[in-house]
This record gives sequence, structure tokens and C-alpha cells, in this order.
Amino acid sequence: MKIKLNGEDYETVIETVAQLLEELRIVPGRVAVELNLSILKKADYGTCPLHDGDAVEVVNFVGGG
Amino acid sequence: MEDKLVVRGIEFSSRLWVGTGKYKDFEETARVIEASGADVVTVSVRRVNITDRKSENLLDYLDPKKYKILPNTAGCYNVEDALRYARLAREAGVSDMVKLEVIGDERTLFPDTIGLLRATEILAREGFIVFPYTNDDPIMAKRLEDAGAAAVMPLGAPIGSGLGIRNPYNIKIILEYAKVPVLVDAGVGTASDAAIAMELGCDAVLINTAIAGAKDPLAMAQAMKYAVIAGRLAFKAGRMGKKLYAAASSPFEGML
Repeated sequence: MKIKLNGEDYETVIETVAQLLEELRIVPGRVAVELNLSILKKADYGTCPLHDGDAVEVVNFVGGG
Repeated sequence: MEDKLVVRGIEFSSRLWVGTGKYKDFEETARVIEASGADVVTVSVRRVNITDRKSENLLDYLDPKKYKILPNTAGCYNVEDALRYARLAREAGVSDMVKLEVIGDERTLFPDTIGLLRATEILAREGFIVFPYTNDDPIMAKRLEDAGAAAVMPLGAPIGSGLGIRNPYNIKIILEYAKVPVLVDAGVGTASDAAIAMELGCDAVLINTAIAGAKDPLAMAQAMKYAVIAGRLAFKAGRMGKKLYAAASSPFEGML
């Protein structure tokens, strides 16, 4: 399926948000995920399915004032 | 005798809060912040870089068990964006604290106080512990407090300008009216600026560029640490009054 990931097109065969983070080698504890403008609770990463055309934003903390 | 800063029941061990931006690398960030003695550090919320996957993360260098992480909504120019970033930050982080920025103008980075007030109301209702970055208008500070802000953070001067406390008189009035803590955020350029803010009676100072942009950030971090302590002690000591004329410090009695 093709999704929008952090503003860019992304092709994948994974089915859930948790699997997506694993594929990207991202530690779930350090990020927040927004799916189609809805912020996901960490507890739902494992069960939340991804579909073709979904827009996913994965953010973390960086240096700032 | 304890003189701890407490906000909404949270105790802070340092009145110097520091930003994590503008450092050379994570190592420098960690080293300098350690030297500052700060226990609150601000961070920004940004997309994970998917294509350039460094295995390191800022929080690998700043232990969230040691430092209180205060996410900001830097880069947000409207209420909707600020709310989005604040809510994402809460989900990514470990607390309900947020440094709320709703910026009105790119050149000055002054707050859009109308948007800031609206966002404060909404986030406070959602249970956030809101630290709004505001201007030095005492009326606005009062409005933010009434809207549910946990503290108010008037700027000393524009972010990154290093101009110091440009309107100490207004800050003094904000301090007089406020029932919540007042933290100067933005504009501090060197140690004396931080001391001045604390001598006015501010509860803490948030500093980023003055430290990261100094020729020797580590030394400046130490300077700021002492400046904040000195300023606070001076405030608590109750300064002498100012006179137009002299009052001799040495006695007349016994003069030849």
C-alpha cells in the first residue's frame, strides 16, 4: 500500500502502526504518531491498522528553545 | 530555609531553565546543560527524519528521569497548529507541561497574544500545565493567568536577540499583579541580564541563545547558574534604597 509518511510518499506492506515503527526502526517510547490528523495513543499502535492513502506523521523531540 | 520554585505542585530544583537549541551537537548540549544546573529543559516537536535515520535521539543525552522535559510549540503561528503540536508533545512525552508559543511575526517572533490567549484557554481545559510565552503587557499576563495558565513567561527581549530585560518596569508590574509564577523567557544575553530578572522578583529565567551562542557555552552556563542564584538571593535579601545624594559609609567620629 502507499501512504503519506511525514509528508512523503511511502510504500509498505505492513499492516499496523506498530509494525510501521518497527520497519522504520523507531522506538515507540520516544515519538508521537498522528494518523489522518488524529493523535494515536501509544497503547493503540499494535492494533491500529493502516490503509492505502493514510497520512501518518511521526514526531519526536529535538533541540529547541 | 527552602526557597524552591513550585508550579502546580511540581517542585523545581533550579530557577535556571534552559533551551536545547543551537548547540553544536548532542554531546555539547548535554555537557553544557549539566554545567548549568538546570532541571528543566525545553525541546521542540518535529518530524522524525525518516530518510536520514540517525540512531541517536536528544533524549539519549538528556535523561528524562533527570531533567524535566518542557516541550514548546515553536514555529506555530496560529491556534490550530499550537494545539496540534502541544497535543503531540504530550503524547510523545512524559508530562502535561507545555511551553505555549503562538507567534505573531517572523522577524520579531513576538507572540500573537490573541491566539496565545485562545490556545491557553483550550489547553488549560484539556489539563495541560501551560507556560505561555507572552509579551511584557501586564494586562495580557493577567488574562493568561485567568485563562488557566500555570505561570506566565514574559519576554525580556526578542528571542535570540540578547538585548536583556528591555522593560523591567512592566515586568515588575506583572510580578505585582500575578498570583502565578513569572518566568522571564527570551532575550537574556549575558549573566547580568539573568541576575536583573531575578532581582526584580522573577521566579525563574529561561535561557537558550545566551548560553549556546556564547563563545564558551560551558563557561556561560556556569555564569548563568550563579547569576540566577545571586539574583534570587539579592531579591530575598531586600536591596538597599536608592538615594540621589551620598550617605557616607565611614564614620566622622575620630577624624583628626
